[in-house]
Amino acid sequence: MVARPRSSGTGGPRSHLLHRIMARPSGVIGLALTLFHVALALLAPLLSVHDVSLPNADTINLAPSWEHLMGTDSLGRDVFARVVHGGQLALMVTACAAAIAITWGGSVGMLLGVVGGRTDEIAMRFVDAMLSIPSLAFFLLMASVVGGGAWTIVPVLGFFYGVAVIRISRAATLQVAAQDFVMAAKARGERTGTIMRREVLPNVSSILLVEGAMQWSWMLLAFSSLSFLGYGATPPTPDWGLMIASERGLLAVAPWSVLWPCAALSTLIIGINLLADALGKALGVDRTREVPG
Amino acid sequence: MSTGSLIAIDGLSLGYRGPAGDPRLILRDITLSLSPGETVGLVGESGSGKSTLALAMMGYLGPGLEIFSGRVLFEQEDIFALSEEARRKLRGKRIALIPQSAGQSLTPTLRVRDQIDEALRLHTPLNTAERRDRLDALLHQVRLPPAVEIADRYPHQLSGGQQQRVAIAMALGSGAKALILDEPTTGLDVTTQAHILTLLRRLAQDAGVTMITVSHDLGVIAQLAEQIAVMYAGEVVEWGSAAGVLSAPAHPYPRALLASIPRLDAQEVPAALEGVPPLVGDPRQGCAFAPRCSIAKDACHASAPPIQPTDHGTARCFFPAGMDVAPERLQRPQSPRRTGVLVLEARDLSVRYGTGGLFARLLRREPRPDAVAQVEVQVRGGETLGLVGESGSGKSTILRALAGLTVPRTGQVAIVGQPVAASVSDRAIKTIQPLQMIFQNADSALNPRQTVREILDAPLRLYFDLSPDETVRRLADLMAAVRLPSAYLDRFPSQLSGGEKQRIGIARAFAAEPRVVLCDEVTSALDVSVQAAVLRLIARLQESHGTGYVFVSHDLAVVQAVADRIAVLYQGRLCEVGPAAAVFAPPYHPYTQVLMGAILTPDPSTRPALLTDDVIEGAPLSVGCPFQNRCPHKIGSICQTETPPARRFGEEHSIACHIDPATLCDLTSPDTPAQRGGPATTDLP
Amino acid sequence: MLQTIFQRLGLSVFTLGFVSVVVFFSVEALPGNICTAFLQRFAEGPRLERCIAEQGLETPAIQRYGQWVVSAVQGDFGTSLKQRREVADLLAERFRNTALLAGAAAAIGIPLALVLGFWAGLTRDRPSDLAISTIAMLAMTIPEFVTASVLIFVFAIVLNWVPAVTILPPSAPLVDLLPNIVLPVVVLAFLMTAHILRITRASVIEVMASDFIKMAQLKGVPERQIFWRHLAPSALIPVVNTIALTFAWLLGGVVVIEQVFNYPGIGNLMLRAIYDRDLPLVQAIVLTFALIYVVANLLADLAMVLLDPRIRSAQDRA
Repeated sequence: MVARPRSSGTGGPRSHLLHRIMARPSGVIGLALTLFHVALALLAPLLSVHDVSLPNADTINLAPSWEHLMGTDSLGRDVFARVVHGGQLALMVTACAAAIAITWGGSVGMLLGVVGGRTDEIAMRFVDAMLSIPSLAFFLLMASVVGGGAWTIVPVLGFFYGVAVIRISRAATLQVAAQDFVMAAKARGERTGTIMRREVLPNVSSILLVEGAMQWSWMLLAFSSLSFLGYGATPPTPDWGLMIASERGLLAVAPWSVLWPCAALSTLIIGINLLADALGKALGVDRTREVPG
Repeated sequence: MSTGSLIAIDGLSLGYRGPAGDPRLILRDITLSLSPGETVGLVGESGSGKSTLALAMMGYLGPGLEIFSGRVLFEQEDIFALSEEARRKLRGKRIALIPQSAGQSLTPTLRVRDQIDEALRLHTPLNTAERRDRLDALLHQVRLPPAVEIADRYPHQLSGGQQQRVAIAMALGSGAKALILDEPTTGLDVTTQAHILTLLRRLAQDAGVTMITVSHDLGVIAQLAEQIAVMYAGEVVEWGSAAGVLSAPAHPYPRALLASIPRLDAQEVPAALEGVPPLVGDPRQGCAFAPRCSIAKDACHASAPPIQPTDHGTARCFFPAGMDVAPERLQRPQSPRRTGVLVLEARDLSVRYGTGGLFARLLRREPRPDAVAQVEVQVRGGETLGLVGESGSGKSTILRALAGLTVPRTGQVAIVGQPVAASVSDRAIKTIQPLQMIFQNADSALNPRQTVREILDAPLRLYFDLSPDETVRRLADLMAAVRLPSAYLDRFPSQLSGGEKQRIGIARAFAAEPRVVLCDEVTSALDVSVQAAVLRLIARLQESHGTGYVFVSHDLAVVQAVADRIAVLYQGRLCEVGPAAAVFAPPYHPYTQVLMGAILTPDPSTRPALLTDDVIEGAPLSVGCPFQNRCPHKIGSICQTETPPARRFGEEHSIACHIDPATLCDLTSPDTPAQRGGPATTDLP
Repeated sequence: MLQTIFQRLGLSVFTLGFVSVVVFFSVEALPGNICTAFLQRFAEGPRLERCIAEQGLETPAIQRYGQWVVSAVQGDFGTSLKQRREVADLLAERFRNTALLAGAAAAIGIPLALVLGFWAGLTRDRPSDLAISTIAMLAMTIPEFVTASVLIFVFAIVLNWVPAVTILPPSAPLVDLLPNIVLPVVVLAFLMTAHILRITRASVIEVMASDFIKMAQLKGVPERQIFWRHLAPSALIPVVNTIALTFAWLLGGVVVIEQVFNYPGIGNLMLRAIYDRDLPLVQAIVLTFALIYVVANLLADLAMVLLDPRIRSAQDRA
């Protein structure tokens, strides 16, 4: 056993969070990419002069130029305008869904972890069974039942990813619940709600926060895949997945109308993923063992 | 530096580098010389650098560590100057390690046979058949039973003691000239520990190897070492013969350390060594021990003390053996206090774990026997009931059942005369408040995300309706009661030392103004010197508050120091209950006798008595005496078929045994040669 | 050990049962029924009646669920509404094609992931680890259709080495399919490798820090021997589980990849069935996905039992 100095302890756990995220290159890149895309989505109307959805027969498949920085697509629309608008819907939809997933999955997982016993055992069987359905297949099944569309997919995404969050939240809670301070609270006669709020939540909130950020990136992946398959965003909404799907037949003729959305979509997901990873490391959350749902 | 030494350490300083590249020392200027065949003990508390020093003798540095000055010579060869390949060949072949917690150190996916064979193949010229014979001989040498094919098992299929024996066999296999034993018995039950120590001592005598034992336990060191190096904060503060250092230490640190160990022969709370050692790697001026030393002078704080000769070795002190201050010991009242009101009572308490999953019930499995059966507990105000037993004795389960955290199968708990519900969630808050708990591991008992203030505020908020002013005053009083500065209220647990954390745990329990407190191994995670301070605090609070305690521990000496009455548990059954003085004197229950015999004292002239084999117990037996398989005095089939009756041996003292009282008195009286303190003739059969 | 296996089997059956309930009753929950969904605005008169009669929709849902499950166990998933063929036949043909794709990807991806994962784990935080981990992160986050589009652009359009999309019928001989699977297999293997290697790396790092590796070093065991005898068996235990999970999880990815390359596999069939609102077919496919997941998991459990003596003898001690 090698002696190590006692941990000096950090007063406010969140005090220098930003500082610690920025301490590693992945954090800097992740934060920069994420902020860039959020800013782009917010400022999109100011950045582009061309209409995003109006077809124009005169400007079909034009190569990039000063007038059309990223060229035009098969309906003659400005690719730059569509690319800068293309993240808005996906960001909003997935941010809402991620919030739903973390809230419901996080609280159910915490409850199961604290209550334990037979309830927990049975509930986890259902959770495991649910996770045996590939996520995309589940979304497509739901899309075929409730019909596609960006906003109808929000509760579906939130519900399904929330199931994966239950596992993580429960596992984290079990680790906390195994500690004597939770036993002390029980022995003291605290109510389950109080134990969850005062003893458990502060110790799993970091994990849930990181998980939320991670889920956000996986949801972006799923949502854009659904858009690509025709069950997410609907035309003529500018959306990267949809743009790639509708223009990829002309990859040989007008590659710019496919490759630019590809670049935009990839950098956003990579950015959020890196940020989540750096956040996890900054908060001391180890999530290397987890497989995305 | 004598040329005849096997291992010579010459002015060794090592450590890691801080963020700015500045050296942070873990070991400071260590010089030691070990002769062939010598047995040496490195003793010190956590963070003293003893394990780091032992591993450095093997040419091993932990990740991130580097040597700043000095050398380690093994047979006149500078280990750290060798190539990595040459060092690898040295390890295992000429110097072997018996690791701490063998369970973690054996590869889980390899059979025991393959792991021992690997050592033989690497370090001996034997062929396959010879190796097989050697392996059998080794297993025999470490006294592993031949009947069961231990060698074909995987490590997890062995008990802790057996794993340790396998590790010893592996180390012996190569015929190394030096063995390093890193906390060889930590984590084992006392009876198993006594067996392993006896085995090791015999091996040292027979094989003539140099043995370097690292331990925090002076009792273990006394059994295994002729020479002792006492380490404190990375330095060897005293070096000398075991008999000399342990009987008349020259340095104030070992003196205080020895005084802080609870003794079976004295019913008193030992003297506390206040303060904490300096942090590893901190820059330092003067003597490292000076801030805690009772005889420190200005010189001690100003400059590092020289190494000075003593009667039996050397000490790093300005005033070796000078100015002895009689350690202040806290005498406990001798007469048991049976006058207070009954604050806690439990009758016929039985707990059964795991009613079995769905699967077990489908197969109609037999229910498991009770983990705790028919236990009675009575505690009066101001009185301490000690619960003693090894792991699996059900002592923590009883506490959990009393607190309502585990629902017992049968039994009724009454708190201050009021019968309460079995589960804490069904108890009224008013009936919970008089019963509080203190936990073993203060690290996990305090929420790392809450400040001390929030932690102590929880019981106040729950049980009392205090105004903000009253709360502030109450918090200040609590901090004063556990002797911590009020400024600590705004600290997080990670900013406190182990002893300080345990004080907060105690303060939290007393914040509820309890009538009875359940103490679950409250000192077993602490260093000895800190343990004494915590025991004193608990004793003082009892004095001033008239609180009743249920004090659970595996350490008989600790229980002896604080308990008025003692209950000895084996596999969840009460073996013996009575006043402390009566339980710790003959006649004994056979199990009490075994436990007493296994106790170690920091005195090289005593040997543990091995009265029984260290067999692994399975689940508790459903019929007969729970101790029948290990009992040295088993009288026959009655022990297997009938539950022994609790026989009275004087007022309040009862022993559950089939042996009739007169015979039991004879069998367990001090004249029996097997009794502890006698000559060390009772080695393994 | 036998009990462990039976327990896992029981769980698998439960899982499939649960999924069948979800699949069946989520369709029941929709307004109207299978036939109105399929026929849309033509859902009236004799056409609707004929469909309802064919699908046996007059009987109560519970009873139909029972019949559906019973015949599904016998390999009969009913008839496709759109393609007017036995669902089981359609599935079998497409399954063969997807298995070819996934099998080829696994054959490349798993060994590659193990090698890279061990390499990264053993050289933790050094340049090789950083490079491998970064590429793995990119592979996991970039959507499959983006990777696929870029690969098509480079290799099919700019370099013209391979066909961009498959234009063969689902029943084409395997040999004819081979040139068409190059790009999809690359994309799938890329994704698979990334997931497995991440877990392998984490597992190697964890085992390297364990006491028994330190003990083997202090016992004087040579590096190579430490790796093969002490490290690898323990480090592989969590990886086996991940391989199964990843395999099953990638089925979602297969849907997208088959769509991009127009490959006649099971994912492609599912999209078509959803487009056609051919719900009996959709239900059967989702159930098949769950079945593959369950089987993969079961195999992983068995492999774990073989690899880990602690699980193998869990019963001896209890």
